[in-house]
Amino acid sequence: MTSSPTPTATTTPTAPAPPTAPAPPAPGATAPPGRHDLVVNVTGLRCRECGRTEDLGASHVCGWCFGPLEVAYDEEVVAARVSRDRIASGPSTLWRYGDLLPVLRDEPDDRIDLGAGFTPLRPAPRLAAHLGLRELWLKDDTRNPSGSFKDRVVTVALSAARALGIDTIACASTGNLANAVAAHAAAAGMPAYVFIPHDLERGKVVGSAVYGANVVAVDGTYDDVNRLCAEVADRRGWGFVNVNLRAFYAEGSKTIGFEIAEQLGWQLPDHVVGPLASGAMFTKIHRAFGDLQRHGLLDTAELPRMSGAQATGCSPIAEAFERGSLDVRPQRPDTIARSLAIGDPADGYYALQVAEQTGGAIGHVADAEVVAGIRLLARTEGLFAETAGGVTVANLVRFVEQGVVGRDERVVAVVSGNGYKTVEALDGTAGPTHRTTPSLTDFLGMLHD
Amino acid sequence: MPTVRVPTPLRKLTDGRPEVTVDGADLREVVTNLEAAHPGFGERLLDQDGRLRRFVNVFVRDEDVRFQAGLDTAIDEDDTVSIVPAVAGGAA
Repeated sequence: MTSSPTPTATTTPTAPAPPTAPAPPAPGATAPPGRHDLVVNVTGLRCRECGRTEDLGASHVCGWCFGPLEVAYDEEVVAARVSRDRIASGPSTLWRYGDLLPVLRDEPDDRIDLGAGFTPLRPAPRLAAHLGLRELWLKDDTRNPSGSFKDRVVTVALSAARALGIDTIACASTGNLANAVAAHAAAAGMPAYVFIPHDLERGKVVGSAVYGANVVAVDGTYDDVNRLCAEVADRRGWGFVNVNLRAFYAEGSKTIGFEIAEQLGWQLPDHVVGPLASGAMFTKIHRAFGDLQRHGLLDTAELPRMSGAQATGCSPIAEAFERGSLDVRPQRPDTIARSLAIGDPADGYYALQVAEQTGGAIGHVADAEVVAGIRLLARTEGLFAETAGGVTVANLVRFVEQGVVGRDERVVAVVSGNGYKTVEALDGTAGPTHRTTPSLTDFLGMLHD
Repeated sequence: MPTVRVPTPLRKLTDGRPEVTVDGADLREVVTNLEAAHPGFGERLLDQDGRLRRFVNVFVRDEDVRFQAGLDTAIDEDDTVSIVPAVAGGAA
């Protein structure tokens, strides 16, 4: 995996010196390269809505109010250990931020780490020029082990699952998560059940089955799959990474935010544009910036504006945003952007709050624009994104035209998955451009035609 | 009589049973009868305005009632009503 921890483009600020406060003793300093010792930094689970706490376990629902459970950190432990130095001395994966992630057992070797995260933050001057933007960066999560940002959430969730003694892992997926769960479970030697809509792109089906996972194709939409999995999780005791392990899983998405900040020299961008499916990744990037700020790791005070991208054929969060409401009305998805086709987004309510609080927006684009977005990104920056990336770029185009994204802002666009997973989306629009015989004469003649 | 599937957080109201049966011609009646048979269901499922709570999803015949008639969704004798806590976990 290629990483660019500190971009070298002229627009990149010089990385400032580490904080002057003395760092606590860091056992990691004497650990072998790639090791990053951790301590148990989680006290339990806490309800996002009513604040009640529960013991650590595979549980996602508050027993009192049904609100979502989140990881409750031991803030003193986190604050005493986290520093820029410890991050810099960590591995070139998202586990360099281990002090800010839920760690249930103090044994780095127990982590299930295929190398997810610490993906390049690439300057995108040609796309910026096309859009009329001063400064644009691409968070290139196509580079993850199974080709999408879902490897981030899975490495965190599976490591927690193993610490909790769970032996069978599962997920409800639109495809990318299934790929990530199957890959990590294979490497960990854990049996896996991945539940997917029956009509997913072939690359995503093969990209799960090849790892030996049980691939359960469900006759229904992702929302049907999700509901089934919620009921199965309640009966079987399996660890569903995005159901009963969701408190841990969602924390993995924070690392996109951590990396953006570190890769910009502990500065933040002015505006982040990212795709919205459940809305969890979007909200966690925002939370990550707040975590860094709270722990004094940033050189900037302002948090970025956050804008979200959906496809028109599945735009329940954008529709609520247009109404000025936090009440997300579920939709029946019909879009080529299958990885974003969640009609009843789990975290839509929170994503709306983030967009509103930060002065961002949530937009949607038609499928034809999604394809155009994929092609634009590929042609200008040499980056082949899956449909979700097309959604993000196409919405960015709109946001610039509408003035939602300012032309003088420092903008980061999150490209969450690899285009080779969804080649069907380009059927009829990307193929051979010339045809010739093996004859040199014929080829040269064809060029002159 | 319709069957109601009860999620773990609510099974303390049903003596641990994952499924119970109650009468009701529509979902509203089912919830009312659930409350009568197993006190506590009403306040856990409905907010102060009598609407389904934000984090409670209900499925009748495997279909989200928000795509049907909500609490007015008709229930047949052999239908299954699934109460499923919403899956969420992001944070503002």
